[in-house]
Amino acid sequence: MDTLLKLESVRCSFDNEVVVNELSFHINEGDIACLLGPSGCGKTTTLRAIAGFEPITAGNISLRNQPVSTPQHRLPPEQRHLGMVFQDYALFPHLTLWENVCFGLRKLTRGEKQKVAQRVLELVGLEQISHRYPHEISGGQQQRVALARALAPEPALILLDEPFSNLDVDLRRRLALEVRDILKQQRITALMVTHDQEEAFAMADKVGVMQSGLLQQWDAPFTLYHEPANRFVAGFIGQGRFLPGRIVAPDQVATELGLLRGNRAYPWEPGTPVEVLLRPDDVQPDPSGPLRALILNKTFTGATSLVQLKLPSGAIIDALFPSNAEEQPGDIVGVRLDMRHLVAFPLSNG
Amino acid sequence: MQWDVIIQWLPKLFEGVGLTLQLVALSGVIGLILAIPLGVARASQHWYVRALPYGYIFLFRGTPLLVQLFLVYYGLAQFEAVRKGPLWPYLRDPFWCAVITMTLHTMAYIAEIVRGAIQAVPAGEIEAARALGMSKWQTMLFITLPRAARIGLPAYSNEVILMLKASALASTITLLDLTGMARTIIARTYLPVEIFFAAGMLYLLISYGLVLCFKLLEKWLRVDTGQLGR
Repeated sequence: MDTLLKLESVRCSFDNEVVVNELSFHINEGDIACLLGPSGCGKTTTLRAIAGFEPITAGNISLRNQPVSTPQHRLPPEQRHLGMVFQDYALFPHLTLWENVCFGLRKLTRGEKQKVAQRVLELVGLEQISHRYPHEISGGQQQRVALARALAPEPALILLDEPFSNLDVDLRRRLALEVRDILKQQRITALMVTHDQEEAFAMADKVGVMQSGLLQQWDAPFTLYHEPANRFVAGFIGQGRFLPGRIVAPDQVATELGLLRGNRAYPWEPGTPVEVLLRPDDVQPDPSGPLRALILNKTFTGATSLVQLKLPSGAIIDALFPSNAEEQPGDIVGVRLDMRHLVAFPLSNG
Repeated sequence: MQWDVIIQWLPKLFEGVGLTLQLVALSGVIGLILAIPLGVARASQHWYVRALPYGYIFLFRGTPLLVQLFLVYYGLAQFEAVRKGPLWPYLRDPFWCAVITMTLHTMAYIAEIVRGAIQAVPAGEIEAARALGMSKWQTMLFITLPRAARIGLPAYSNEVILMLKASALASTITLLDLTGMARTIIARTYLPVEIFFAAGMLYLLISYGLVLCFKLLEKWLRVDTGQLGR
């Protein structure tokens, strides 16, 4: 597969403040990628730099092997042939949905315009109401129009800036899957920015986790969750707590929950103090289990309950219990560890 | 109240209404046309583009219309070059002096409205237009200005009504607009209450007509649909 978008050591700064630094990644034709991170991590700046709205102060950005942004030169946004979907949709309120979609098609003939607009509006399921104005339709529909408008000129790459954050949770999940289907079916390459990891996991083939302007890890969602590259990614992705332990063998860590074994070998000397990542789904109730813990808190989440446990040493871990389990806060329960991926980091001092 | 006197002088008052409408329409339309480039320049990101319109607006907003009117009507004739210049047939005519001064004055205010409206167009829409393949100037022409027109229209209608009332100052340079005509009639009839009452009513009617026109225009341009994403 061909590389469509490539960033090499990109740096963006505003007034001497570095917002994005040493950012390198690439996206292959047809892939959906996502930049994920807490607010202020530089992910939106990165997207805007790719779109051509922000200058870069080091490195380069290229599209189909053609440089579009370097510190010396910036190809204007209108010449990049990218589609962009904005957080607030940015539909033109004085134009109908149809006119909004046709806006990027000025170079086509009337007949061609008609055909393209019809096709993209059908794609998002809004061809019936294309004569309406943006304020007359719902937020989810506005989002669909924004997508149709971005898709209409058949851009090489679609950039989506927090596209679902203004929608309610239910609609957000549904629309994320729908958009993924449309993009995949049309073989469109996309880069999305979000702070919502469920959304990122649902949409993307590759997810880049950013923090403080630096890319922490660029991997498939499964790998990010089960094999986080560093402590930040481990803490940011999914739920989990860190439990202190000590390396015994390259793939074994001794903790108060016993000897934990993993499928990964760590290079640290035996005896090195480490922190082990415990996901709630690694810990399960087991009345006959050897480990005893005190229930501090129980949060009903539907199919399962998230339970906060205090170990004899005082360490606190989370566990997932079936929601019909009857244990209540204050009870002592038996638990068992069921880990497939052992994730450990050397203990940070301080 | 001597209603028969009002009715008797109504045709003359209507003549005054005609002149008032001419003054307001000419200054409102020419002022708007000239204010658009001025407002666009005023909204520029570059200080050297902004500076001149800023100075112009500062000058014309900061001084009374009456003073400006006197300076143009009485002041320009002082200069030999003006009296010998090609524009003298216009500049010695109080009607054109009033039109020119009112245009220059309202233009400063409208330019500020244009600037505010341009700056109120959501940045996302401008970026969306750029991403859809439009250059800076195409975006200005096809998105920013049409959107700004809708945002600024209510403020512009307000400015036109203010100019309607300010046009009464034209009577100070001998023009027989509605106010000038009313004063002339009063000098003949000695009935200030009746005639000023009638003039006031006519101003009210013109305002009402203007408000109605702008309401239709707002409806036609769908001004109320600009409230997206709030």
